[in-house]
Order: sequence, then structure tokens, then C-alpha cells
Amino acid sequence: MSLLSPIKDHHSERRLFIGRAILASVVSFFLLGTVIARLVQLQVFDHELFAEKSQGNRVRIEAVPPIRGLIFDRKGRVIAENLPAYQLELIPEQVDDINDTLIRLAAINLIERDDIPRFAALSQSGQRFKPVTLKFRLTDEEIANFAIQRPRFPGVDFRPRLVRHYPNGELFAHAVGYVGALDTGDMQRLDSARYAGTSHTGKTGIESSFENDLHGDVGFRHLITNARGRQVPANSSELLDSLPMDETPGPGANIYLSLDLNLQKIAYNALEGRRGAVVALDPTTGEILALVSAPAFDPNLFAVGMSTGQYRDLQDNLDRPLFNRAVRGTYPPGSTIKPMLALAALESNATNLTRKSVCIGYFQLQGDDHRYRDWKPEGHGPVDLHDAIAQSCDVYFYEMSGVLGIDNMHKYLTQFGLGSATGVDVLGERPGLVPSREWKRNNFRDRDDKRWYHGETVIASIGQGFMLATPLQLASAVSTLAMRGSRFQPHLVAAVEDPLSGERDLVGPRRLADVEIDNEFYWDNVLEAMHDVMQGPSGTARAVGFGAPYEMAGKSGTAQVVSIAQDEEYDEEEIAERLRDHALFIAFAPFDDPRIAVAVIVENGSSGSSVAAPIAKAIMDEYLGYGDAATQ
Amino acid sequence: MLRLSETQRMLTHKAAPLRTFSGLIHGLNIDGPLLGGLLLICIFGLFVLYSAAGENASLLINQAVRLGVALIAMLIVAQLPPDFLRRWTPWGYVAGLLLLVLVLTRGDVGQGAQRWLDFGIRFQPSEAMKLAVPMMTAWFLHDRQIPPRIGHLAIIAVLIAVPTIMIARQPDLGTSLLIAASGIIVIILAGMSLRLMFGLGVLAIPGALVLWNFMQDYQKQRVLTLLNPDSDPLGAGYNIIQSKIAIGSGGLFGKGWTNGSQAHLEFLPERHTDFIFAVLGEEFGLFGVLSLLGLYMFVIGRGLYIAVQAHDTYSRLLAGSISLTFLVYVFVNTAMVTGLVPVVGVPLPLVSFGGTSMVTLMAGFGILMSVHSHRKLLPH
Repeated sequence: MSLLSPIKDHHSERRLFIGRAILASVVSFFLLGTVIARLVQLQVFDHELFAEKSQGNRVRIEAVPPIRGLIFDRKGRVIAENLPAYQLELIPEQVDDINDTLIRLAAINLIERDDIPRFAALSQSGQRFKPVTLKFRLTDEEIANFAIQRPRFPGVDFRPRLVRHYPNGELFAHAVGYVGALDTGDMQRLDSARYAGTSHTGKTGIESSFENDLHGDVGFRHLITNARGRQVPANSSELLDSLPMDETPGPGANIYLSLDLNLQKIAYNALEGRRGAVVALDPTTGEILALVSAPAFDPNLFAVGMSTGQYRDLQDNLDRPLFNRAVRGTYPPGSTIKPMLALAALESNATNLTRKSVCIGYFQLQGDDHRYRDWKPEGHGPVDLHDAIAQSCDVYFYEMSGVLGIDNMHKYLTQFGLGSATGVDVLGERPGLVPSREWKRNNFRDRDDKRWYHGETVIASIGQGFMLATPLQLASAVSTLAMRGSRFQPHLVAAVEDPLSGERDLVGPRRLADVEIDNEFYWDNVLEAMHDVMQGPSGTARAVGFGAPYEMAGKSGTAQVVSIAQDEEYDEEEIAERLRDHALFIAFAPFDDPRIAVAVIVENGSSGSSVAAPIAKAIMDEYLGYGDAATQ
Repeated sequence: MLRLSETQRMLTHKAAPLRTFSGLIHGLNIDGPLLGGLLLICIFGLFVLYSAAGENASLLINQAVRLGVALIAMLIVAQLPPDFLRRWTPWGYVAGLLLLVLVLTRGDVGQGAQRWLDFGIRFQPSEAMKLAVPMMTAWFLHDRQIPPRIGHLAIIAVLIAVPTIMIARQPDLGTSLLIAASGIIVIILAGMSLRLMFGLGVLAIPGALVLWNFMQDYQKQRVLTLLNPDSDPLGAGYNIIQSKIAIGSGGLFGKGWTNGSQAHLEFLPERHTDFIFAVLGEEFGLFGVLSLLGLYMFVIGRGLYIAVQAHDTYSRLLAGSISLTFLVYVFVNTAMVTGLVPVVGVPLPLVSFGGTSMVTLMAGFGILMSVHSHRKLLPH
């Protein structure tokens, strides 16, 4: 093949090529010019817009949760604190087989087998780089155990964080309550902006009712994040320049309770193995000195997070440890209302101090052969009002009830605070019930049921029937007795402290409407009778008050759980433990200058004077400086 | 052939005693300005790549090794005289077609497309076709009348269309369009009637509509996304939006090397491959992108100069096509990254991370050098 083809004219061909090359160059310049024009548009004219977009792309505002306020008892002892603890976390995106990892973690007892489906679901929802907490607090052994095995668990690690800790365990479970992980209900209720970054919130007790103070104010910091929203470690990189200022979180307020750790201990220990509640008040201020419901539970379980099994055990426990009996348990107040009814009767002339009834062990209404029994089958014989209180004669009150009438009972018992919530500063309080004609009319459907029957007045006079009261209400009522009609709203919180300035906002006594009985003579006599309950020669609780170094007053009560059929022999031994009567006791001391008032309920405790009264006495001893702790 | 090696020996002889750099360059048939421009682009590219790949040294070394291999390929090709290349062109073309058939029948599937052949080393036959198609077109026109006649143009159209369609079916739309362009550039440079060209351009509009029907869904999506990137900001439009933010936020002088937040915080997808130009724009600003474009234009200009200086039709057409195809690469990639044309998988030449295309590009520049250094041997 020759290079010189006869039909080719190399010069004209070259000229043609040069022409086309110039054309191509022009087109090239035009094309690249378009790109350059575009670049100028993006980088010069729209630069600010894109610079802003780029900034918005990478800067994320992250909430910094505040440190929750501490809770102290009245003497400054720590009741709730925040401790650093190691929690076990799993980062879904770093784990190849989540189920397999969870199963292997269960095999070395770091998590429970029952929780595997829950954690697996948690790991699948949410952002893949956000850690899922498998266990909120690891013990030292668990940390040591896991540290050895860590290479077997890529994507699982432990990380320190602050965990709410209740050093006294069960003691304050119902008064202070607990914090738990935020759930969907909390999310709807709480201000989501303020709780951004917070993992736990108060669920019950003071932790819940003072959530607003304890929580504090959320802070913010600005993070550099990558396209997947994950934080990029902040180093000296220029990426950090021009970030807006961070805002440090404001720590939550500290709370000082009026509760006393020692009283809580005594009350809780005294109720050990029983179901019941104790509430002690300072009658002069309404400060709650002790508030215990038994059995209780360890609030740390909620703060740390418990396994499904543990929670089920608490829920299904027949003794209902999660139930706050002190403010939510409503019981027939039994004979504990007798001093109040005595005052009501004196004030409304339904009886006087000298009138006597002859107690033959039962009472019958005219034209009815139903026997209203006295607790003492053989009867108390002739008794006046003083004896009727000191010996707790039911027949005297049965007789008097017809004259006093249910409406007067309702009037005065209501003045003592029964039948309505006390307004205490923990949530979930029950109002109890003081029946009346009106109440019956409004709350029953059948015409026969709407009527008030005379027999109902009779049993109401010994605090049975429809009548219900919480231990807190009874403690408030006995405070009112001790104060001769002056009433103060019970409260648990004594002061709220600003953690930064140390300034304390004291919660002063809040006085409520007095009981409308002004005759001091009546008060003298009724309180004297209450004194004799504990320290008189024939008082029902004289065994408890005997030999005490101070003067005190009290009143026992026994509340029927089941009604005893007519003429049926009452044999305590044969009645199943849970069907036995509730034992109640109210007391205050010192008699002349009351400083503490106590209400005790022991469910199925049978006898107020022998089971509940010693508990009340032990608490008063401690508070007044005669307790074991004080004398030792 | 004898004459050729004699002259070569003579040249070598003349240069040897000088023992100078330029002597060495002449001896190796290297074009100094072209090599200088290419090396500057490569070095600039390595800097950008280091940052774009998250300051990953091993990836950088990998790319440097690839560049080294590509430069060696360029050196080898530069030693092959244009006549030699021309004689082997039809065989190379046929071999390339056979390899494409192999790919379609038994190639490896990678990223949803069949592009690879594995003969111990994996490579894409479509890369070889990037050179084989313009070579074949230039070979066909070499001893035919210039400007080409209609009949010849029809034959050339078949020569271009067969590999183009085969590659489009892999599917690799980007490469097939570049290959078609490289062939078409040859006939334009060969003086094809401009009137005919415009006529075909008008016909191309219904052709585009037909092409639309042949496009894969993802390719159609890319076109639609270009028209309105904000319609699906986290889906198909994401790449373009993020790359525009990267470039725009770079401003005049950029955020500084390795300080591009769009790239380093992983907002920018494909940042070390197809979208590396956005990293350059973000970190070096308008100043940086114009510098790189300037280097590209220098290389293209030098290529066109070499083409104009060439002594025979084959060399001239081939050199012109290689230079202008390189321009098409640069334009398609930069226009795509700035949101001017749809996202077609075309890397930024010599800068994007990737192996095969770099060898092909450098081999192409080897041809340019060969054309330039062997020209004196040919008669006027």
C-alpha cells in the first residue's frame, strides 16, 4: 500500500483539516466556556447560598441533658443521687448478626433470654449508629467478665453515664418514687424540647411530682456530623470554625424532704413481712416525717432498667409491692374515727360527758333483731364517753349514732379532712370516702339503694360500711386532733434548693380551715380519753404505752375485711390470713405539746392495739429521742 | 521499514553524546510539553484524590501505581511508529469486537452491568475500543478521498455503530457515547460536509426519542433528575444537589485542602471517582477548577497542534480525535458534576480514581507522541 494515493491532495487535505481543527477548537472553547460560566455562577454568584447549605448540612444541634437534682432527707442525708455507672450498649451498624450476638450475651448471663426479642426489635428500629442500651448498670464482676470476652462481641461495649441511685433502696420507694426510661406516654406529656437528650423521667412519688424542679434545663452543643448524622470527632480541624455558641445545661434543683431517714427505717422494718402503711406528720406544720408502704421494691430496678422477668414478678406479686398504700390504699378507718365522732357528738349535743351506755356486747335498733356486735362479745358494762374511747366500746357509739345522725358525722369528719384528698405533694392520692345521704343518692342507681338506712348510720359510727380513708388522711386527722382543730396541709418537700446559688426556697406550713369545734373542754376530754387508750388503766393499747418516758395519746382501730354473719363464731385461727381484719392505730406525742402524729395500718393484722400500736410507738420513741438509735 | 529504523538509529546517535534531558526525551519519542501537562494534571489529581478519599494513603499509592503503569503504557505506545499502528488497526478492531462479544456472552457482572473480562487480570474490552474505533475510522479514511463520500460515510457509520451498540447493551451508556463521539470526531475532522452534519443533527432529535425508549429506567431517571434535581432530594437528585453545594460553597479560593466538609463528612457521593471535580471545587474554589481546566486545555491544544503537524491522514485524524475525545471526557464529567448534563458514569480523566480508563488515556497520548516524534520520517 503506497503512502501516496493518486487521488489524494495532501495540501488541500491539510488545509481542510486545519479548518476543521479550528472549528473544533471554537466548539471546545464554547463547551468549556459553558462549564466555566456555570462554575462562576455556582462559586461566585450563588456562593453564599451554597455556603449556607453546606453549613446546614454538617452542623447538628445536640441536646445536653441536665444533671438531675438530688433529693435529701430533713437532715441532709442523700435519698436520691446520680452515680456514674457502666452500661452495656450495642451499636446495630457494627454488629453483623444481632440475634446471634444477643443469644451469646444471654449465654454469659449479661442479658436475659426473655429480653432478646425486645432488644432485637430495638436494634432494628431507629438509626443504625445510635447505641441500644442492653443493661443500664453493670456490676464489677459483669464488667470484668465482659472485658475478657469483648473481642467476641464486636459492636458491643460498655460506656459510663450517670444513673439515678437510691442508696436506701426500698425505704423511700413509695415516698420518693423512682425514675424510669421515658416512654411514649411521657413523650406526649413532657415538653419534647426540654427533654431532648434526657433518657429518664420521674415516674412516681416526689420524682414525678417535682419532675419540673428536679429535671433542670437542657443545654445544647453544636456537633459536626457526617451525611449519616453521626458525630465527627472535633479536632483542631477548621470545620469547627464559625460554630454557634453552645449552651450549658442548667442542673435540676435539689429537693429537701421533710422525711426522716431513721423514721423511715423504723417504720419499714416494723412492717417487714406484712402489708401495710405508716404515715407520720409534724402536726404543727403538716410536714410528713415518715411515709412508708410495705412491701416495697427497690426503685433502683426502675432507674437501672430491669429485665422483663423482674418486672413481671413485681407486677404479679400478690402483696402488690408497687402499690403505694400510704396515699392510695383506702381502708375502713374503724374505731380510729371515734375521737372525732365524740367531738362531733359533744358539739352537736348528741351526747354529753356524763351520759352512760350499758354495753352488753351488742346493739339492736328498735323493731329489728339484727345484732350490731361489739368487738368485746361479753360487753363493756356501763361506759361513759371517756371509757367508750379508751376501751373502744362500739355499743356506746352505736347508740349515740342515732342522735348524731349521718349528716352530722359527715359534716365533722369532712372537717377533719376525711373524704377528700389532702393535697399532698405526691401524685395519685385517693380521696377516700365519708358517706352521706347525698352521696348515696348520687352514686347508686336503684331506688332502694339510693336511700340511706339507719343501720348504715350505726356501722358508720365505728368507721365501717362505706367509709374509707387513706393512711395519710388518718395521719392528717390525728394531727388535727393533736392540734385541737388546727389543720395543716401535709407535704413531703421542705425546701427546693437552687444548685448554683445554694438559695433555698422553703415550703412553709399551709394552714387549712379549722375544725369548727371551739369548746376546749370537749377537746380536753376527748384527748384525755385518747391518752388513756395508751396510758390509762383500761386503755386498749395500755400495754404499748406502759412505762413510756413521755405522755402520748392514741386510738386503735380494727377494720373488717369480710362481714361476719349473724351468730357465727368468730375464730381468728380459721380465717385465712388475707381475710383477717386490718389493724389500725393513730397516735400523737408528746401529749401536752404534740410534735409527731402517726397513723399505722397493718393489713390483716387483726388487732390495732397489739399489732399497729407498737409500730406507732416505736416511731414516736425515735422521733422524740427515746428510740434504740438514740439511746444506744 | 528499513528507512525508518535507519533514521531512528541516526536520531539516537545524534542525541546520545548530548546526554541531556531533552536528548533522552527525543530518544524515547516523548513530547516534552504534552508529558509536562499530563504530569501536572496527574500530580494535581493525586492531591485532590488524597483529600477526596478521606486522606487514605493506601488508596493514593494504589492510584500512583496505576498512573505509573499508565505512563509506562504511554512510553511503549510512543515507540510504535504510526505506520505500524495503522497496519495493525483492522486486526485490533476485529479483536476488540470479538472481546465485546465475549463480554456479552460470558463477562463478569459488576454493579449491575456486564463489563469485565477475566483473563487472570480483569479488564474492560470497551476501554480498548475507545482507541480501536477512532483508529479504525482513521484507517478507513487513510487512503480514500477526503472529504469522504456518502457511501464511505455509511460504512464508517457501521464501523462505529456496531461496537457502540454492543457497549450500550452491557449496559454502559457513558462509554458507548464516548466511543461514538471519538469516531464521529474523526469524520468531522476528515471534512464531512457540515450541511450533512446539521441534517443528521436534526434527524437525531427523533433518534433521541427512540433512544429514550431503549434507555434503562435508571438512565431515564438521571435525565429527569437533571431537569429537576429538587424533586427527589434524597433519592436520585441527591448527587447533583450535594455536588452543587460542594462546588458553590467552595467560592473563589475554596475551603482549603482536606477541609471540604461536603466531601469529608460524606455528604458528597462518589467523591473519589465520578464526582471528584466537586471536591476540587469545594477545597480549591474557582481558582482551583480553572487551574485544572487550564491544564486540560493546554494538553488538548498541544494534541491538536500535533495533529495539525502530522504528515499523513491516518496520524492526523487519529491525533485530532484523541485530543478532542479527551475534551469530551472533560466536558461531560465537569458538566455532569455541575448539573449541566445528566449523570453518566464518566470519570474526570487522570484525576478520578480508577485503573483501566487511565491506561487507555495514556496509551492515547502515547499515540500522539508517536505521531509527533515520527513525523520527520514521512515524505511531504
